[in-house]
This record gives sequence, C-alpha cells and structure tokens, in this order.
Amino acid sequence: MSAHSPIDQIEQPASFAFDEESEAEIATILAKYPAERKASGTLPLLYVAQKQMGRLTGSAWVPRVAMDEIARRLEVAPIRVYEVATFYLMFNTKPIGRYHLQVCTTTSCWLRGSDDVVAACKKATGIGAFGQSSADGLFTLTEVECLGACSNAPILQVDDDFYEDLDGPRTVELIEALRRGERPTPGPTIDRMGSAPAGGRKTLTDSPADQG
Amino acid sequence: MVKVTVDGIQVEVPNGSSALQACEAAGKEIPRFCFHERLSVAGNCRMCLVQVVRAPKPVASCGFPVAEGMEILTDTEIVRKARRAVMEFLLINHPLDCPICDQGGECDLQDQAFGYGADHSRYREAKRAVTDKYLGPLVKTVMTRCIQCTRCVRFATEIAGVPELGAVSRGENMEITNYVEKALTSELSGNLIDICPVGALTSKPYAFTARPWELKKTDSIDVFDAVGTNTSLQVRGSAVLRIVPRVNDEVNEEWLADKGRFAMDGLKHRRLDRPWVRVHGKLQPVSWQDAFVAIGRRLDGVPGERIGAIAGDLCDAESMLALKDLMTALGSSNIDCRQDGAQYDVSRREFYTFGSGIAGIEDADALLIVGSVPRQEAPVLNARIRKRFIAGGRGGFPIGMIGAPNADPTYRAEILGDGPAVLAELRQGGHPFADVLKAAKRPMIIVGHGALVREDARAILAACWALATEVGAVGPEWNGFNVLHTAASRVAGLDLGLLPGPGGRSVAGMMSGGVDVLWLLGADEFHTAQIGAQTFVIYQGHHGDAAAARADVILPGASFAEKSGTYVNTEGRVQRSFRAVMPPGDAREDWRILRAFSEVVGKTLPYDTLEALRDRLAAANPVFRVIGGRDVSGISDLAGPAGDPGAVSPAPFQPVIDDYYQTNPICRASPTMGECSRIYVHPQTVAAE
Amino acid sequence: MLQDKDRIFTNLYGQQDWRLAGARQRGDWADTAAILARGRDAIINEMKASGLRGRGGAGFPTGVKWSFMPKNSDGRPHYLVINGDESEPGTCKDREILRHEPHKLVESALIASFAMGAHAAYIYIRGEFFNEARHLQIAIDEAYAAGLIGKNAAGSGWDFDFYIHRGAGAYICGEETALLESLEGKKGQPRMKPPFPAAMGLYGCPTTVNNVESISVASTILRRGATWFSSLGRPNNAGTKLMAISGHVNTPCVFEEELGVPLKDIIEKHGGGVRGGWDNLLAVIPGGCSVPVLPKAICETVLMDYDSLRAERSGLGTACMIVMDKSTDIVRAIARFSQFFKHESCGQCTPCREGTGWMMRVMQRMVEGRAELEEIDMLEQVTRQVEGHTICALGDAAAWPIQGLIRHFRPVMEDRIQAYKAAHGGGRITQVPQGVPVGIPVAAE
Repeated sequence: MSAHSPIDQIEQPASFAFDEESEAEIATILAKYPAERKASGTLPLLYVAQKQMGRLTGSAWVPRVAMDEIARRLEVAPIRVYEVATFYLMFNTKPIGRYHLQVCTTTSCWLRGSDDVVAACKKATGIGAFGQSSADGLFTLTEVECLGACSNAPILQVDDDFYEDLDGPRTVELIEALRRGERPTPGPTIDRMGSAPAGGRKTLTDSPADQG
Repeated sequence: MVKVTVDGIQVEVPNGSSALQACEAAGKEIPRFCFHERLSVAGNCRMCLVQVVRAPKPVASCGFPVAEGMEILTDTEIVRKARRAVMEFLLINHPLDCPICDQGGECDLQDQAFGYGADHSRYREAKRAVTDKYLGPLVKTVMTRCIQCTRCVRFATEIAGVPELGAVSRGENMEITNYVEKALTSELSGNLIDICPVGALTSKPYAFTARPWELKKTDSIDVFDAVGTNTSLQVRGSAVLRIVPRVNDEVNEEWLADKGRFAMDGLKHRRLDRPWVRVHGKLQPVSWQDAFVAIGRRLDGVPGERIGAIAGDLCDAESMLALKDLMTALGSSNIDCRQDGAQYDVSRREFYTFGSGIAGIEDADALLIVGSVPRQEAPVLNARIRKRFIAGGRGGFPIGMIGAPNADPTYRAEILGDGPAVLAELRQGGHPFADVLKAAKRPMIIVGHGALVREDARAILAACWALATEVGAVGPEWNGFNVLHTAASRVAGLDLGLLPGPGGRSVAGMMSGGVDVLWLLGADEFHTAQIGAQTFVIYQGHHGDAAAARADVILPGASFAEKSGTYVNTEGRVQRSFRAVMPPGDAREDWRILRAFSEVVGKTLPYDTLEALRDRLAAANPVFRVIGGRDVSGISDLAGPAGDPGAVSPAPFQPVIDDYYQTNPICRASPTMGECSRIYVHPQTVAAE
Repeated sequence: MLQDKDRIFTNLYGQQDWRLAGARQRGDWADTAAILARGRDAIINEMKASGLRGRGGAGFPTGVKWSFMPKNSDGRPHYLVINGDESEPGTCKDREILRHEPHKLVESALIASFAMGAHAAYIYIRGEFFNEARHLQIAIDEAYAAGLIGKNAAGSGWDFDFYIHRGAGAYICGEETALLESLEGKKGQPRMKPPFPAAMGLYGCPTTVNNVESISVASTILRRGATWFSSLGRPNNAGTKLMAISGHVNTPCVFEEELGVPLKDIIEKHGGGVRGGWDNLLAVIPGGCSVPVLPKAICETVLMDYDSLRAERSGLGTACMIVMDKSTDIVRAIARFSQFFKHESCGQCTPCREGTGWMMRVMQRMVEGRAELEEIDMLEQVTRQVEGHTICALGDAAAWPIQGLIRHFRPVMEDRIQAYKAAHGGGRITQVPQGVPVGIPVAAE
C-alpha cells in the first residue's frame, strides 16, 4: 500500500501463510474444540491472522487470502469465513494504521465527555472523520459502541488496551506518547484504582491484604 | 399424530410438524417469504407470524413445532397487525420499481403487499441502495430489491451444494453476495431465480423480455438430459421466451438444470428451416417433393442391408418408432439409437433403467457410483443424491465412487479406484466399502455411461449386477440397480428396439462404408468424419450442426418445443410433452416427415395421426400405455445380464461429459450456453481476452 | 445496605492479589471437593433455595435453569457456557470479575459444570476484553497447574476442562443462542426457540448458558449457604448484586450491593451523589440501555431490584445504572441508544433489521426537532411494530428506550419540534436530504 492510495481501495495481497508463531497459537486454539467442530476456530484464527498481519506489516487486518486459508484449515466454505469476518466488527477487512484508536461514544461515555475525546483524537492525528487513517498511516480512528467499562468513562481503546477516565488534553498526551513509540500503562488516566470511586474506596475498606 | 386447533378447526398433523403445516392442513394460507418447503427453516422474514394461545408473543409459524392441543389463531388483530408491520418494514427499503422489474406479476412481495400493504408510506428517510453482484452469465442481480430472506443462500448451500453465497455484514447493511466477483459454479443456478421471492435474482438472458401474463404456457419435458424434468415452455408469438420447471416430486421436485432452462435461445439460431439437397458437392435449397425424390432415387435398387439409420439423443419416441418402421419396410435391420456406442442388455428392462427411481434415492442407505459423474450427467438427480446425503447426517449415507469425477460431486464421496477392477475387489469381500454396502438395508448402485461406452461394458454391467445381488441391492423388496442415462431418447430407443436386428449393423458398423445410405434422425454426437466417403447421408433434424454439414439431403425437422412427443426418462418413466410453437419455415414434425417419405417409396407407414402412431407405440411396447407413472417393484429374478463379470479391462473410467454446456446441437447453437462454456469450462480463454 | 462481611467479591477493585495465592487467602478453592461431594442434586437444590436470579439481565432463577439439564446423558456431552459478552451500554460489572476475581469464576464454573453433568465449560468473553481474558487465562493455567481443574479436578474425581473463547465485536452475541452460534464459528445470529439450549445447545448438545456473575457467586453461596444469601435483599429479589454507576455522578464506580436498596441511597452512597446535587437529577436508566428510563420523580422512591423496577415499567437489567443530570439532552441520549441498536442488529429478522434503522433516523431528526408532532406517535407505533416480532429480544431492547423516552419526556420532544419550526419557518416536514451522514453529529466538530 502506498501512502497515497485511499484506504477503501483495498489492495489484496496475492497470498497468505501462517508463520511459525501463528501456527503455535493455532495448535493451542484447535485443541479447545472437538475435532469434528473445527469451525469453532473461525473467530480465533481470524484473530491470529489479523495479529500476524499487524506483526509483519504494521497493519492489523485480515486480507481475503487469509480468510481462504482459514477456510481451508477449518474445512469450511470460504464464504462462511467471509460472513464471519464481516459480521464481527473487530476484524478489519481493510488495512488500518499502526495504532487503532477506538473511541466509545455510547451514552455513558458521551455523558462524560467522549465528544472531547473524539475532538482530541482528530486534532492530534489530523484525521477528519471516523473510519479514516492519518496521513502518516500511524493512526486509524474508529467510533465504537459501548466498551463495557462505563464507570471509567470516557474510554479510548488503543489496539487491545483501554485508556479510561479521559478528557481532551489527556487524550492528546496519550496520542503524542504513542507517536513517540511509547505505550503508556492502560487503565484510568486519573488517580483511581480500577473501577473504585475516585478519591478512595467506599467499600472493602478494611482488608489487611490490600496492596498499595 | 398431534391434534391441533387452527381458528377453531381441528386438524391432525404428524409429530414434529410446524404450526405453518398445521395451518395449511386446516386450509389457512399463511404468507411467507423466507420459508420454502425444500429448504431449511430460517424464520427470519417474520411474515408467517401467528398467535398461539398462551404464548406471550406471536410466533413464526414456519419454525414453531406443534404440540398436542395447541390452539393457533391466524386471523386476529394481533396477527394482522404483525403482518402489516412486517410488510411495511420490507417495503421501506424496497425500491418501488415494479414497472421495470422482471419479477413483476409473479412477485411474492407484490402479491402479499396486496393483502397486507398500506396505501401510503410513512417512511420519510433516504432509502437504502445495495451494489449489484456478479453471479455469472445466467443470474442477474438487482440487490436493492433484496429482502434478505436468505433463500438463495440456503439453496446454494443445501440443494446445489455449492456454498458460494452468503450474507455478509450485519443489520441493515447485511448483503447477499458471493464476496468474490465470480460466477456461481452450479449446474442448478437458474433455480435461484425461481427461489428468490422478489426481483433481486432474475434471469439474465430473459431480462426485460416479457411479462408473465403475456406468456402462453405449455407443458414439456427437458430433453437435455435423461432425468425427464417436467418443464413449462413459455411462449409469446412464435418464440419460446423461457423455460421453467414444473413440480413433480417423483422426478425433479421443483428444480431444473441450467441447460434445460437456458439453452432455448439455441432454438433461434442455426435452424434448418427448409429441405436441402447436395448438387455437385454444394447444398441447394429445394422443395420437400424434390428432397424426397432425391432420396427415393438414391435408394432405388439399394438392398435393405445397405441402408442404415441412427437416432439421436433428443428424439421423441414417436419419430424413433416411425424411423424403425420405415427401416423395416425398406428391409433394413441396420438401426441404432446408441451414438455413443454404449452396450446394454435389453432382455430385461431392469438391466437398462434406473431401478430405484429418482425419488427412491431418498430410501437408499448407501450408494456406489460406477463410471458416472451425476453432477454433469443429471444435475437434478444429483441434487436428490445430495438431499439424501444431507438427510443422512454425518456418515449416514456413505457414497463410494469408482472413476474419479471431473467435478466436485457436491457430497462427500469416497473414490474407491479409477477402473472396473475395483468391482472385483468389492465382490471378493474384505474391501471396506463392500462391508458398507452389505451392512446397508437398501444399497444402490448407479452405473453410468463412463462404464457402458467401453469395450468391456457388458462385463462391467454383469459385474455390477453380480455385486448388486451379493450386497442385497436387488431383491424382492428393493431394486437398487440403476443405469444412469445421459440421452433423453435412449430408454425409449431401447424400449422400442432401435438396435441392430439379426445380422444388422450398429453405429460403428455403419461407418466407413458399412452402408450405402445412412439416415440420421437428429444424430450429431458421433464422429461424422468416420462415415464412408461414398455413403449417402440423409440428415433429418432441426439444427445445422456436424451431421447436417456432411449430409447429402437435409430434411428439416422439429425441435422438442415444436412437436408433441413422448420421452422415457432414465427411470423408465414415460412422459409427454406438448407443442409450444410451430416449427420454423418449412420444417415439419419428424414422424410426419417419415410418414410422408414412406409414401414416396411406396412403403406407406400405417398411421395418419399422432394418436394412431401412439397406439402403435403402445402395441410395440406396453410400457407406453402408462404415461407419467412408473412401476416400483423389487426384483424376483436375480439372474443377471449377459456378460462375463471377470472380463474387465484395467483402463480407468473416463467422464462422458467434458463440457456440460455443449452436449447437443441446440446447446451448441445457444449463445447463452456458449457463454457458459467459455466462462465455466474454458476460463483460461476468458482470462486471456 | 450491604456490609463488607457479606460481600462476595472481596477483590472487586484488584486491591489484592488476583492470582491463585491471593484467591486462596480470600477463601476460594477451599476444599472444593467437599462441595462437589454433596452431589448434583444437593448443589442444585441449594442454588434454588438461595433464590439467586440470573445476573445477566433476564432474572431467571439460576438453580431452576440448572435443573433443566438432562439428569442422565444420552451419550451427548453436556456443556456449561458462560456468557462474558458484557456489551449492554452502561454495563461494566463482569469485567471486574474477569480481571480481579477470576478464580471465583473458575471454581464456580467447576461446581456448576459438575452439577449439570458437564465436563467442559466455555466462557465467551467479548473481544474488547483482551486484558481481562488474559487475566482469566492465567487463572485457568494456574488452576490446571495446581490440579484444581483438568483430570480429577481439585481431587473431586470429576474431570473438567475450561476454555476461553473470545468474541469479536458483536453485542448480539450476548443473546445466548447467538453466543452459541458464534462459539460454533458462525455469525452471531440468534436461533429460533424451541429447541432450547438445555435440549440442543452447543454442537447440538445439552447446554446451559449463564452470566459470569451468576456463575461466580455459586462457590460463595454454597460455602455460606442458601439461607445466608436469601437473607439478603428482599423476597424474590434475594442476595447481593454487582452494580455500577456511570454518567453524571460525582464518583462513578462498580460496587456490590444488596438488592432492594433505594436507588437514591445507592446514588448518594456509591456514586457520591448526583453532579450538582440530587435536585439536579434528570433521569436514571437503571440497568443497561435496554431498560426504559426513569424520571427523577420515580428515582426518589424506587428500590433497586427486579420486581420494584418492573413495577415502574422499567427493569433491573444488569443493575448498571446511567445517571443523567439536568444538563443532559435526553433525546440525544436515547437517540444514541437507537444508533447502538441499529449498529448491533444482526440483520436476520425483518422488523429489527429495518426497524432499528428507521427508529434511529427518526430519533436523529427528533434530536434536532426536524420532525412533525405526529411523528412522535408514529415513532411510538414503529417501536410497537418491532417489539415482540423478532427471534430474539434485541428488537424489544431497541424499542423500549424510545418508549420510555416518549412516556416520560414527550413534552421535551414536542418543544424541540416547535423550536425547530420557529427557527426554520415552520411548515411541512423537512425530509432528510440525500447524503447527510447518518451518525449523530459530533458537537465538537
């Protein structure tokens, strides 16, 4: 993919083969399901393929040839894999940037300022609209539905990690850190332990085994 | 049985029936889109909602099992409201392009909107548009019309056995697609057009051709294979505009193979519409009288044993009998209906017919296929094998094949070997598949023409029969011995004895000067170059194909659409088709040509009407007395066909069809079939263009 | 209100070691074999007696559900499938179990599987919970290594395997049959019922699908006894429940609380009060977005449990509430849910596939006021046309928030329409022009 080609004109690679690391993962995955129910491996293998693409090309997506390979492995018709890959939105059927910024805008996050997070993402990356990638190919911005961490809203998921309790400025900081090649520790970006109330726990307050 | 009440009417339906079936048993019509009797239940369109007393909400009757004492209400305000709601939802994103939609007039959505639609739309938002998909040269898509019922996906996956269609994405973005821009690889793809309840999938060749109410419909039989699929020829003026299947559960259920559906544009091309006589090496148009006189002169003084006749694959029984009667009158016993050189034992009908019947496949519990690729030779019959395979579940219907197929059979088949030697292994016992056949209660064996067109055909046939008796495939309760034919005319030809009489010559014997005068009745599927240079050739047929080019006299006959005819399918089922259009130009019905000519040579055939000829048919062989039906019986006489089961050659079986789309003169004249051949059979030439 | 001594999830915030050693200190895995030794019937009866109702939202009694599994195997294996697809907007409780109390889940899964004759359990975790799934996998590996699961699990004589299967971004997979489809490697499209999973579930075998929380409390209930559990909460609404508060409160958080406590007290205690004070409260969505919204008046008195909220034509749902203060554009808040449901409809059933998009588009116009007054009624009718007409409950879930909005906030919608007319010259309906993006306009743009 050249930097200039629009992302929705998908150039498909000619072939796809799982590498050694992926093969090891596949072996573990397929051991989970009865042998005649290999098709259960469809979602996990799509993940493996996507991860391998990220590892090898810097863009974690699933090209069609990878879906064909998965179909062959699992002895299902390729169309069944295409169906699955397009039904589940965590599979990217077109190339994405190195960092996938997935901002939740559902009501809980919106009530606590996800609009600011979206604006900050756009400002810091230069991306104009959801679904697009930054000109440098580093970032892709996606609007996602509820991420299931609503008490820590608003949330920005970067690849696999949740960054919580964000606001505009902290979002910009996070993106700048990513740009520098850093991976800040996931979790709340304010002084808070997990999903406990900010400012200190109101329950479970007297256990001697507590850490820090 | 379960007792159910539908709108106060008590009915009894079998256990496991759906509420919809119960409603139908009570005479209540339930609207539906996604539900189709021959497909799995999807339950997604929600049009068939009914009320079940004590159920908290309306249920989809198509997938709701009945229970003893269940009370179903189909005509309450709740039900009517639900159906009106579904109809409104289906229409909000459906384009109202009925005036330019080929489905118009036979559209389920249109029809049901009549019952449940509103007179105005409340939907004020932008309508959805969906990109059309490429599915090949036969099926046209207008995907914005799609109502996502997934019938096509289920048909392709379940019936056709080519899981190439799917519904990708989700929610309102869900789209039916093959995802890759590639033609559907099925010989049954045309059935998608029938199965689609709306105008999303329509016939590409028929696009914008006619409206259904303009068409005159005539019952016919598909002559492009030996299944005997029941069809309807739909005609406007003098043209057959489309062919669609008729339902016959015994034969084709409601499917039709692509050749039978789409080859009819071949009826308009390369037609023989006047008699021709070769004068000084060049064919000249002549009158019927002159053509007959030319043949009469040539025959003058030629002894009967120097005259021969070959009947082709598309012939009706009537014209074949007339041909045989003419040859007999001329003193010839050189007659043959086996252009492919197949060998049979015709001493008993069970040696050359599909004994279990097509519907009987569903009763079988194991299958051995010998020298046949049913997918190409009889796609509709192949769908029945697949149906049985699917119904059997994992390992429930084991299938063995001798002879590697040149196409995916669409079911799991174990390739046992490539030649007839495997039959001996199976008979010796110890072969695992022999145990499978023996363990089966109703095993069946299909012998195809890959086995019967060989030198050792009689030996193979005898070996197959011997195996059948040994594994219990034939017996008083069950006849699992099946010969699968590929030619629509063949079984009738054998029933009528279109075979060399005592001392007579076969097709091969008539070649290379074996006869002086050769009468070809629609016979094009042999090497015409092998006809002796001095042999005088009469070609009676409807298309200017290979044999017409070699002919000295051409007598223009009628195609299957242009004559009433009797055909006997591979099961031995006698069926009738009717004339839908007149033959073009001076062409005439074939039996009339033969009858007229017989008079010219003073050997007048004893029938002046089709009815009289049909009486003669029934006299010639009593099987022609019963139309449509078929005796299902076991076999009490286990003695086998003539032949030494041991005398087989090691040569592998060869498929008899290498291009499904080009097997007869009509197909070869059909632009649509030519296109299919280019795309499916010779894709490399397409790619090179 | 619940005291610390009665809390089940004592490491809810991860303030202690979540691994095996820490879990053991909190009492997990203490002589699990003894619990199994009581036998299947005793375990199921104890669960029934506890009054535990499904914690995923529907509230079906858990012990009763377990008892639906065939007592004897017909040769087909039995499966326990745990629903960790937590995706209902506002809901964020199972995440805490997965990452901070994974051993409670693994141990309880063993007990539940044993009680249902299952030798294998799968947990379906939503794809976005990558790190949570990683924690659970570590816990599973620890349990295998310590002999707590696997062959002769925890010395009980019962063989038990536990596997994680990750989802990949589809809310509908929280519906139990869609979840099973997904686990089988297909699109998450709900199945028609009957047959129910207890008869034909995963791979066509008898299967019970339970929420993460419903399973995870089992070990504690069996240790402390059904009487203890049912003594908490109110009749028919027994026990403790993980809850969460998000939105306009001072301290949004996840917490464990007794059922039947006043909603207002919960907001005051755990949420630290409504932002700007109680009088600044506009409305509360009590248990995930598919339960109808409650205006402040009802919030004053309603109790937080299944039956009390049902009586107010709402529901406990997942007990993860969204609090909105008076600054909230309530129409937009609900419109965002309509967008959510349109986005998450699997597309199978006509009313949901077509209706969610229609409702969303009308709701988006309602946010602006670009609509006619009659369209409020029409919208209400459309929600009724979707509700109850689909295979699964997503259609219902999409309908209810809008119905709640119209029921309680109709004047707001009408004012919005009047204001739009006043600003734009009134007149007839303004159609949505072609090419307008369908997403809700982002204010910050």
